[in-house]
Amino acid sequence: MARTISVEVVYRGIFQKTLAKNICRGIVLAARKEGKIGIAFGRYGDSPERNGIPAKNFAIVAPDEETLQLSMAQYEPAETDITIAVDDTLCKGVESWAWYGLQPINEKIREGGTLVVTSTLPAGEIVKFCHTKAHPYRLAVIPGIPSFSGLWVYKDDHTDVRILGALPKVCPDLVSLDAMLAAIKDEWKSDLKVTSARRSYEQTTTRTVGPGEGNPEVPYKFDLPGWTRMREGVTIEGMKLGEPIQFGGQVGGYRPQRNPYFKKYTTRTMRPVIDFDKCIKCTLCWLQCPDSCFDVMPDQTYDLNAEACCGCGVCEAVCPVDGCITMVNESAFTDNKSQWEMWKTNKDAYRQWVAEKIGCRPERSHGFRYKGQYEEQVASMGAASGGGQGGGE
Amino acid sequence: MDAETATAVTVAAAEQEALISGSEAVAVASRLADVDVITAYPIRPYDTMMQYVAKQIANGEQDAEYIVAESEHSQFEIAKHASAVGARALCGSSGVGWCYAFEAIAVTPALRLPLLAMVGNRALDDPGAFGTEHNDALAARDLGWMHVWVDTAQEALDVTLIAYRVAEDRRVFLPCAISTDGAFLTHSQALVKIPPRAWVDEFLPRYDRGDLRFHPDNPITIAPQVNEDWLMEIRRQTDQAMRNARGVLEEAYRDFRRIFNRDYGNPFFEEYYTDDAEIVLVGMGTLSMPVKVVIRKLRAEGQRVGFVRVRWFRPFDYERLGGLLSRFQAVGVVDRDFSMGSPYNSGVLANEIRATLYGQPKQPPVVSFITGLGGREVTIPNVREMFEHTRKAAETGASPRDTLWIGVRA
Repeated sequence: MARTISVEVVYRGIFQKTLAKNICRGIVLAARKEGKIGIAFGRYGDSPERNGIPAKNFAIVAPDEETLQLSMAQYEPAETDITIAVDDTLCKGVESWAWYGLQPINEKIREGGTLVVTSTLPAGEIVKFCHTKAHPYRLAVIPGIPSFSGLWVYKDDHTDVRILGALPKVCPDLVSLDAMLAAIKDEWKSDLKVTSARRSYEQTTTRTVGPGEGNPEVPYKFDLPGWTRMREGVTIEGMKLGEPIQFGGQVGGYRPQRNPYFKKYTTRTMRPVIDFDKCIKCTLCWLQCPDSCFDVMPDQTYDLNAEACCGCGVCEAVCPVDGCITMVNESAFTDNKSQWEMWKTNKDAYRQWVAEKIGCRPERSHGFRYKGQYEEQVASMGAASGGGQGGGE
Repeated sequence: MDAETATAVTVAAAEQEALISGSEAVAVASRLADVDVITAYPIRPYDTMMQYVAKQIANGEQDAEYIVAESEHSQFEIAKHASAVGARALCGSSGVGWCYAFEAIAVTPALRLPLLAMVGNRALDDPGAFGTEHNDALAARDLGWMHVWVDTAQEALDVTLIAYRVAEDRRVFLPCAISTDGAFLTHSQALVKIPPRAWVDEFLPRYDRGDLRFHPDNPITIAPQVNEDWLMEIRRQTDQAMRNARGVLEEAYRDFRRIFNRDYGNPFFEEYYTDDAEIVLVGMGTLSMPVKVVIRKLRAEGQRVGFVRVRWFRPFDYERLGGLLSRFQAVGVVDRDFSMGSPYNSGVLANEIRATLYGQPKQPPVVSFITGLGGREVTIPNVREMFEHTRKAAETGASPRDTLWIGVRA
């Protein structure tokens, strides 16, 4: 092989920053074992250093220095051979900053490239989140609970080496398994981590995603204004006042204006599910939400505007009624529709929907407490994990 | 007596004469301009301005929010915020005090806040020193501040009024630093004509911040964080504002001449005996006194010498200044500042002049001088010496390869 291979790691800001860095380091160090040369770097930004906003890290591996420089001369590679989503809910797309719009997770994947996802979901469910592409690519699933163990202190749950171990399988051109395992041994001085990587190599399954397969939604985007059109004095116009809400014959309540250029919902890994039958109209969720996500409905209940919610969970924490607001894993949803309207339209169907959704409480790895815990997790995923529809290749 | 002369006499009669220093002249101008918020923190030699403001307020002559902050950083921040809500604001400092305010200084231009700052030019400590050096104000030369160096107390008063008019023009909205040489201008009193308030009101419109005014009736966010997709456009906007300032300055000086009947000629630089000059010196600030005196002596001896005093350093009138200087047989540039390790080891102004001449079809030799640092006197023999070096360059037609330090003990 004598070509450049570009790998992108899409991660959730401060929670997965060290994880993303470890993965990119591991790739370059492993490729080095085979005499290749590489670079690991992050797309610099302020926000991902502070919060959970989606961000990117890259590893580029090339046969020689001059070829590598072709990639170093640009900030981001134009297309990737591998895109790694370290949290499956990232597959819904990412909005990293204002005015960027929604970037599909697979936006940069070249024809025949691979999207690598850590998830407990079957591949077929993950494909539903991903935006359609005109050319075929592959989806590799590493069975496991997404890792959020990196805030302040990096609690090592082996997610880094599980992803590294899968790479020789999904892209043998990048690096061999032997080189990868040798690099992991050098970097972490741990036989246990080498074992985790090898197991991941065995457990990872891949399927092809055909052209046009996936979420057909056209992602929203904006044009950045030029300096002659921008407001002067580094100022942004304030939000205008909101308006009452119309539903059926009812008019009332209040919906505030929201930033049209930065929706923020792709920062979310969980969202509140509201049991309107239990709501006592106390206003606390509406008051305490740091992003003004709640609309005041004509009946004085509070509906979540899911395009504005970044999933912090404050509403669940302040709600005084048991089971009225429940945070649910974002992967249990495929749209941002109004829950209140569902409830108004068909109460029984809504109650059934709520019962089904609150079964999907968020599950994340925050590091292991004892040896063998990961094996227990994988076993508990049952038949649904890994394989998925389409089978291996 | 024709009508125009008659008007001039009436006008002159309405002015009052006062014996005040350059910094006191700035304080008087702040009263005439009805500045809303004045922030202060004492440091020599700028503190002569804040003392005079305090006196005017105590005497019931001036009505302003006068805030003595706990540091320069705070006083510049307070002035910045006052300016953002639509108040006419004034602050100021000297030397390392100006440097301590640098975080606020750096962000003011992009926010397009047209406040004024008086800089009593002072050497940067250490060693503890308080005489004139221009390096304090020049440290902020590239950031989008307008910079003007005045020569007399009268000019300090007039330029303060002009600077508010230009800074607060919607096409500009940039801060302006008014540099007054420490001691020579801040601590020496001269006779100054103080115009009546009515003239100032006619000359200086109300500060209207329009859609950029930070107010509950105009809800805006100021200075959010931006990434690389935005900053270059913001810089280009500030750049455009500084370009616009050139034309707005010309308008302001024209109007000033009409209303106050004082003519400064070209707003950007003053020419002294340049019409038939073979060689000239170029400099800024109170340096002009010894230079002008020497020019008169040399002219009596038959030497055709002249002087160009750069008044507005930012914006810099490189087109006209370049055209003027290229006419001479040699140009000597006198810096009361330094730029260690710069091309030709010269001061800041010398390299600005070299760059200005580069675009001209004819480039006379440039001789760069560093002198009068730390408030040291630039003596008459010093000036004669600089003219001699410049004359030599004119004769040989070659620029020296290095900068000459004048008046330094070897």
